[in-house]
Parts: sequence; C-alpha cells; structure tokens
Amino acid sequence: MTAPDTTDAAAAIPDARRTSLLRFATAGSVDDGKSTLVGRLLHDTKSILADAYEAMERVSKERGGEEVDLALLTDGLRAEREQGITIDVAYRYFSTPKRTFILADCPGHVQYTRNTVTGASTADALVVLIDARYGVVEQTKRHLAVAALLRVPHVIVAVNKIDLLDYAQGPFRSITQHVQTHAESLGLTNVVTVPVSALKGDNVALRSDLTPWYDGPTVLEVLETVPSIDQGADDFAAAHRRGIAHPTAEQARATESGWRMPVQWVLRPQDAAISPEYREYRGYAGQVAEGTIRVGDDVVVQPSGRRTTVAGIDTADGPLDHAHTGLSVSIRLADDVDVARGDLLSSAADAVAPERAFHAHVAWLTDRPLRVRDRVLIQHGSARVQAMVTAIDGILDISLPGGTLDSSIATGHELLLNDIGVVRFQLAQPLAVEDYGRHRRTGAFCVIDPQDGNTIGAGTARASAPGTGTDAHVTI
Amino acid sequence: MSEDDVTTSLTTLDALESEGIHIIREAVGTARKPVLLFSGGKDSVVVLHLATKAFWPGRVPFELLHVDTGHNFDEVLEFRDRTVERLGLRLQVAKVQDYIDDGRLRERPDGTRNPLQTVPLLDAIVNHGYDVVFGGARRDEEKARAKERVVSLRDEFGQWDPRNQRPELWNLYNPKHLPGQHVRVFPLSNWTELDVWRYIQREQIDLPDLYFAHERDVFTRDGMWLTPHPSVRVRDTDCPAPRSVRYRTVGDASCTGAVESTASTLDEIIAEVAATRITERGATRADDRLSEAAMEDRKKEGYF
Repeated sequence: MTAPDTTDAAAAIPDARRTSLLRFATAGSVDDGKSTLVGRLLHDTKSILADAYEAMERVSKERGGEEVDLALLTDGLRAEREQGITIDVAYRYFSTPKRTFILADCPGHVQYTRNTVTGASTADALVVLIDARYGVVEQTKRHLAVAALLRVPHVIVAVNKIDLLDYAQGPFRSITQHVQTHAESLGLTNVVTVPVSALKGDNVALRSDLTPWYDGPTVLEVLETVPSIDQGADDFAAAHRRGIAHPTAEQARATESGWRMPVQWVLRPQDAAISPEYREYRGYAGQVAEGTIRVGDDVVVQPSGRRTTVAGIDTADGPLDHAHTGLSVSIRLADDVDVARGDLLSSAADAVAPERAFHAHVAWLTDRPLRVRDRVLIQHGSARVQAMVTAIDGILDISLPGGTLDSSIATGHELLLNDIGVVRFQLAQPLAVEDYGRHRRTGAFCVIDPQDGNTIGAGTARASAPGTGTDAHVTI
Repeated sequence: MSEDDVTTSLTTLDALESEGIHIIREAVGTARKPVLLFSGGKDSVVVLHLATKAFWPGRVPFELLHVDTGHNFDEVLEFRDRTVERLGLRLQVAKVQDYIDDGRLRERPDGTRNPLQTVPLLDAIVNHGYDVVFGGARRDEEKARAKERVVSLRDEFGQWDPRNQRPELWNLYNPKHLPGQHVRVFPLSNWTELDVWRYIQREQIDLPDLYFAHERDVFTRDGMWLTPHPSVRVRDTDCPAPRSVRYRTVGDASCTGAVESTASTLDEIIAEVAATRITERGATRADDRLSEAAMEDRKKEGYF
C-alpha cells in the first residue's frame, strides 16, 4: 500500500469547522431506484472509496451483472443482499465543498413505513422518489403524508427513470402538477420536483444535457442550499438576505417565538477533587431545543411554573452570552428554584402551558394495535410520563384523493401498524406539550410500551384538546 | 465557532459535538450503572472527551471498561492508564488471556483474538451490572454499522437483532430495557473518520503516538503492514524492514495493520485522511475481511 497523494485533494475538501450540516432522508417505493439514487449521489460526489467500490464491482460480477450495482453500497445486511431489498434505515455520510450531509436511507417497502418515519423525523429535507412511468402512486401519497405529519421543512420529489421516457417533458410536467396538487392539500408548501435518471446520473449531482427544457436545480443543488434545522432562526433570516433560500412560514414563526430547553441533568459537582470555585456550582444541562437563550432572559420552569432569570450560560469551553438552537449548554438560574431532569425551561415571554390531556397525530409503528384505554408511556424531551388513551378520533385514509389529513380521516377505533390517527391522551403528570406545527422539538413525542420498553408510536401534538375553544386549527 | 456565514448557526463540528453531549447526558440520565468501553483508540478517546464536556465542571459519572485481548500495543495501554489517571476515573479491565488460561476460551487457528473479545465483554457487563454501555463506533466505519441505531438494545445474550430495531425518532432516545438486557450507546454515530480528526485537532486532544507517522520494522501480509509483535506469527517468508508508517486504528496488533505514511502532525493526517481512497477498516482491519458479513455476524453475537 502506498501513501495517497495529498497534493490538491486537501484544498478541495469541505472544512467541517466552517460548513453546516444537513440531515436528509430518502423515501420511495420498491423498485423506484432509490438505492441507485443514493449510490449515484455518493458516486458523483466522489464519496465512495476505492475498496468499497471494488467490493461492489466484485459482487456485481459474481451475480452476473454487467454494470456495477450501486444499490449494493447501501444494502449492508445479509438478508438485504439476499433478498435485494432494503430492510432498515442506513445512515450515510458525504460532503461537498458547500456542506456536509447525513443521509438516512429509508426502505420503501410498505411493511417498513415505520423506518421512513424514523428517518424523516430528524430530516431537514426528504427526497421522495417517483417512477416517471407510473407517476404518483399510493406509496408516494404515504410518503408525502409522513412528510406533512412530521413537517419536514423541504421535500424534493425526484421523478426517476426519465431516461425510459426518452427525456420527454410532457410526463414530467403532468407528474409535477399532480404532486403539487396533492402536496398542497396536505399543507406542504416547499416541494420541488426534479427530472432524474439515477442510473445514468441525470440531474442528481450533475446537470443533464438531455433535459434542456428543465432549468431548475439538481437534487444536490437543492440539498446544498436549503436551511437546516440545526441552524438557528437568525440564520434563516441571514440565508434569506443572501437570497439562498426562502424561510418557510414555520421558520418565520420560529423567529418570533421564545426558546425552550429540556433539562437532562443537574450539574452539582460536590466533589472534593473539583476546583473550589465550582463546589457550589448548580447548572441545568440540556440542548437548546428552539430559539436563542440570552443571559438575563426571564425563565419559566415547567411544569412547576416557577419563574426566575438566566444568570449564566456555561460550556466546558467557557461562558456564553447567548446560545442558539442545537447547542448543548448548562444554564445557571438567578434563584435557587427546584429543577429536575424532565423539566422544561422556557422563555417567560412565550411560556409553555403544561397540560394533563392533549391530542396528537400518532403514526403507529408496531404490530399490536393501539386501543382506547391502553396505558402507554410518553417520552417528551427528557420527560417520561404515564398516559392513557382516552379516544381515537379517526384514522387517515391514504387512498382518499385530495383531502387534508383532517378531512380524509375515516372513523376507526384502533390504530394498526403504519396507521396515522388522531389520538387523545390523559397524563399522570402534566407535560409542556406544544403544537408541533409551531414547535417541532417540544411538539414531538414517542409512545413507549410500558411492559417491554419498545418504541411503538411517533406523535406530533396539536395545540390543545378539541372543543376547548383554544385549538388553533392545524391543517397538516 | 468560526466567523463569516456560519456565526449564527452551528458548524458541522459544533453540531456533532452538541449531539454527542446530548446523547451521553440522555443515556446517563436514565441509566443505573453506565460504563464507557475505553481502549485508548481515537474514537473512545473522543467519546471520553465529550463526556468530560457533558458533565463539566463535575467529574465523568461513570467508570471505564477495557476488554484487553492480550495483543495490545504497550504504548496504547500506557496511554490508556495515563488518561484514566489524569481524569481520576476508575478502569475495569476484562482480559481475554484469563479466559484462555483457565480454558473458557480457546485460541483460534489464525491466532487472532478479536472475535474472542465478545465473551469477556458480555461477562463484564453482567458481573458489574452495567445497563448502558457507551462505545466509540461510527456508522461510516462499515456497512452493517451503518444500520446501527444510536441507542441499541441488546438481549440477555448481548445479541443485536438488525431486523427488529426500535424506531429512533427525532432526538428522543429510548434506553428502556428489561432486566438482563442492556443498551449500547454510540455518541459518535454520525461522525466520519475525518470529523474525528478535525475534532481532535480543534480540541487538541492527546492520542497514542502510534497514530502519527514513525519508523518501525514492518512486513506486508494481505496488503497490510504488520508489526512483528509477540502476538503476530512471523513466517520465514516475512521480511520485516524499517518503514515510515502510522496506524489508522489501534486495535489488536495481530489483525490491525499500519499504513505507509509520513503524516506526523494533525494537519498532515487530516490531509491524508481527506485524500485517501481506502476506507479505514478496509485498509487496516483483517478481522473485517473474514467474510462479506463479518461485522454483522460478530455484532449479532454481542461484539461491538
């Protein structure tokens, strides 16, 4: 083995100390060419190293294939290679000079929709694949519904296999129209469609000469320019000013609302070995879930409702005067109030009201049905509380055309695997649950089986229980 | 944080660091007895560094565990002990050699002890009552690891079931498990090899000297440069000769190879890692080449 040539490659690599991080997920039906698209993205950004490529080449040949099967790169499990399908989410890492990416490659098979929910929950963007020959199918609607439910800020629909339609504009245009109509009815506003051939490499990372009628961005260009959730609200505004992207309505609202931070751990180092200046230290450790915390801000501790002010924001690298979304910090408070793991610190200017009951959209992720009166655990931020299902108001019917998640609800009394329904919960202790449409972090929760501890549902809370008169109507 | 466009947002390294700290605090917040698998290798060194930041100004609130194959490089073991001492932590060591000596494990015909680590690891987890076990594994290392959750449930036998993993939603981690089970937690899941090196450079983290280019006697086998070490059976046809090499991983000396390199500073290593066309494990880990699914099979048995 010889030392690699490092002369000019180092200059071209992105600098993780400067570039931002974008998390995105992929979704598509079986045989839409999703694994090929992922392979193409990695290949064309020169992210596949030689030995991994040679391994793919060797296996492709052993199977009698003529071309290197880029899908082999992502199917890492024995059963996946044997069956030629993707079973579980695989995470891939690549970068361009503009940005670094975390790609959650989600299986498309209907039986594994729960994995699409897993991948999309952290995504700043979702790439949905459509086979250009078949257009919008039921799985496409399901994936768009998941994107709407989880409020993935940006959706890119890759209309794949355009080469099989001789790069014709007509089918792409009618698919785009169909996608936009359906997306709008779900409340998805930032949907971009791109004509793509993952196999040939058209408009994935490189612009194609074969689609002269398309003047939009490639899939990669969209991914390189959309803002990420880790970027604070101020950055959306900055991006907007630079003309890079337009903040969504959700992001614009986020700039107006206050900050939130779940408390993970109370830092009280009463250890003789600790430097004397920190022996009286009491800090509340957590990751800023939303907004910007500033020293001097008025604080409300939930669910107790106690009020005080931020006396200091600390990190191991020194104090800060402010901390943005996504930063892990330790907060000192001016008064010695009782704060524990599971509590939520929030700005007093836009405080959170803790509730003993709330309702939510729930994506059901396990074989055992969810029924009224079932007891579950709800994990919300760092809090975990007991809950009971008091009502199942309805279940989304994916097959109904053109409805919102609300209007297309069919009646039902239990949630089955992969169902999305409206569920009402009663809580053993109050929780500061917020409307997911406004607060992605404090509106999200997991449903956990109290017996075996498994994660069985993904929930997005709504403003308040229906009929209380305070329910801001949320169209998902 | 750096100047220009990214002043108001987190850079990739800041985002990864904050995420790692969040993961560590979440897992410790729900654990009865957490432990960090610490070998003195760069990934576990970075996890330990994140833990010191997560609990600053307090002390890291868990002990460390090293599964020693008996084939480790002396300089790495010295570095391991020095680090533990500096931070005032407690280190437990589970030795493969003890198991071989009393007959519970048998030496393999190929001499490698890496696959033998699983039994002492699982015994240590049970005997010490660990319920949350931190590791430095990254998803970019290997295609089976790319499927791994950040928080991964292991059954009574330490087994990983890749087809039946818990959904991992938002940044809500679920370390809940039944008695006898435990969870493995990987705070560096989303880091790449290059991210690790960039971070080591930014934070000025101390590492064993093996990672930096140095002259040593090596011989080539299966495309890797191996060091004559008591654990490596040197054949007559092997002709060790001095070369400038460094290690990309510092595992078991019998199956961890060096790469030819003159990179002796962090800047040079970063340039080299950025330009390399060979994956970290493909270049230097013989145990991952045993079969197409070697890592997956070992992970199912309880290996990290």
